[in-house]
Amino acid sequence: MHIAAYKAVPGGLLPLLHAIQDDIGYIPEDSYPSIGKAWNLSVAEVHGVVSFYHHFRTQPPGKHILHICRAESCQAMGSEYLEIHAKSKLGIDYHETSLSGNITLEPIYCLGNCALSPAVMLDEKVYGRVSRTRLDELIAVAEAAE
Amino acid sequence: MTIRIYVPRDSSALSMGADEVATKIIVEAARRAISVDVVRNGSRGMFWLEPLVEVVTDKGRVAYGPVTPSDVVSLFDSDFLNGGQHALCHGLTDELHWLKNQERLTFARVGITDPVSLDDYLAHEGYRGLRRALSLAPAAIVQEVTESGLRGRGGAAFPTGIKWKTVFDCQADQKYIVCNADEGDSGTYSDRMIMEGDPFVLIEGMTIAGIAVGATRGYIYLRSEYPDALAILNEAIASAYAQQYLGDNILGNGHRFHLEVRRAAGAYICGEETSLLESLEGKRGQVRFKPPLPAIEGLFGKPTVVNNVVSLATVPIILDKGAEFYKNFGMGRSRGTLPFQLAGNIKQGGLVEKAFGLTLRQLLYDYGGGSASGRPIKAVQVGGPLGAYLPESQFDTPLDYEKFSEIWAVLGHGGVVAFDDTVDMAKMARYAFEFCAVESCGKCTPCRIGSTRGVEVMDKIMGGSDCEKNITLVRDLSDTLLNGSLCALGGMTPYPVLSAINHFPEDFGIRRPGAMEEEQAELEKVDISY
Repeated sequence: MHIAAYKAVPGGLLPLLHAIQDDIGYIPEDSYPSIGKAWNLSVAEVHGVVSFYHHFRTQPPGKHILHICRAESCQAMGSEYLEIHAKSKLGIDYHETSLSGNITLEPIYCLGNCALSPAVMLDEKVYGRVSRTRLDELIAVAEAAE
Repeated sequence: MTIRIYVPRDSSALSMGADEVATKIIVEAARRAISVDVVRNGSRGMFWLEPLVEVVTDKGRVAYGPVTPSDVVSLFDSDFLNGGQHALCHGLTDELHWLKNQERLTFARVGITDPVSLDDYLAHEGYRGLRRALSLAPAAIVQEVTESGLRGRGGAAFPTGIKWKTVFDCQADQKYIVCNADEGDSGTYSDRMIMEGDPFVLIEGMTIAGIAVGATRGYIYLRSEYPDALAILNEAIASAYAQQYLGDNILGNGHRFHLEVRRAAGAYICGEETSLLESLEGKRGQVRFKPPLPAIEGLFGKPTVVNNVVSLATVPIILDKGAEFYKNFGMGRSRGTLPFQLAGNIKQGGLVEKAFGLTLRQLLYDYGGGSASGRPIKAVQVGGPLGAYLPESQFDTPLDYEKFSEIWAVLGHGGVVAFDDTVDMAKMARYAFEFCAVESCGKCTPCRIGSTRGVEVMDKIMGGSDCEKNITLVRDLSDTLLNGSLCALGGMTPYPVLSAINHFPEDFGIRRPGAMEEEQAELEKVDISY
């Protein structure tokens, strides 16, 4: 369905991948052959594009995605402690999903909220000056929400 | 009488609860049967005061901040709608020390207007640059930009007018204007503030660029980490189309310019212009060899202007007020202003647009108020993750492209990240290599392999093994990266690494050069003739 919409768009492969991920949360690998056919690319080439970009995922994420900023500005304000805290609280490492299936943890390199470091992003909402207590609240909300 | 209140919709303000504050104000006003008009503006750039609520009074806009939803009732009780006194009141916004001495040219409207209102934009001198451009020959527009001395604000500082001239001189059936909005540098957010706070100025700048070089299509390559900017840009672009500021016949003048936003996908390297073009074409964002220059063979092989958001957003004021006006700001070969962005461990973080030439110390202390933690500032990284770390002894360097390159540092995109004395510079050097390894496009070996080797050697140094010997290895590796990489990612990773080693050797378990001689001299002073 999405393929038809973007096939004629110049450089339309990235917009297509965004549309698929926006729609179902990830880009299933079994979609590569049909994408490849439409763009005249091999399956390996489609995989090459998808895997190049940090934003694209090939496995379904948890219900919510928690991004913790790892860039310098946030490091200067103790983001390292937030990373450690989130990992131990959720019992997972980066790129993993909590046992409940509710939260996927991802690193991110700058949210452009550097004057209010440290910053995290829960789904598409950014939070500034995040303390460990605030992070606990966000995690609790995400765990509770459907 | 309806009272106008401004509550920013800038994503940094939102990160501190601006939406909740706006809602609470509307609810509380309704409860008290007071008529208010809440306008969602961009940010004034004083982020430690966000959410900064402004009330329009007879005397001007009065600032209150940082406001939380629980402050709203007490603000109403204190008659803030008439500029009443309150613990959070800062008086008239325009009189605040932070804003009063800035030279806001590119950011003239940011935080003042409603970003998605074309009427508001027009009421605040918007589209005057385009109107003047339409009265000029395309070559004269290029000439004006060249004479202004504007250099690429993305970091490379290449003269914008010369780039435009190259594209102007090319004969082609299609040319493109590409805006690099993949603002990935840590400590920078000026592009985001423009896109969220005054999107029309970017649209206007791109339209002028299109008319100047003969390009009829433009793309804004926007990082995926900025969803709010995406929504605001799309809304503004739709208004511009509706009012004939974009389309097949701009303002009835026969010029055509079409513009769309394309989302990036979280790869830092795509801020490099050739990698960005690959990505726009729907490919892996791998760096291209140069030549050919993108100005000659760029997007889809066609002549392409690739400029940063701030560069393009500065074009309208240059066209409106003239090259001479803009050129009169700044020093040396750095003309005009740069929006500096204060970040990291800083008490008052935010945006300071000033002419080139002020010092880092003025920025850090006069504006920033020192560190957030109250501890001494030990190091400052200027120009993003590929910028050098500067020690206190270099804080008096004027912020100017050439003065910075004399001390082997860069201004880059104007990001200034402060670290207090708890920072371990060896850790930061390791991180620089790690970041390069994560973000390398993989095309050239020094960057792809060298970054990982760098992490490994730094691990040895941090473990205390053979520090002197391993530092020699890091220096040698850095030399390879500096001279052998295809683009600035590998080529500049040595800046943070070597500056950290050179200025803070103690953190690497090695002595400062000359330290041994100094210790010897100290020892010789001690009286041992007992």
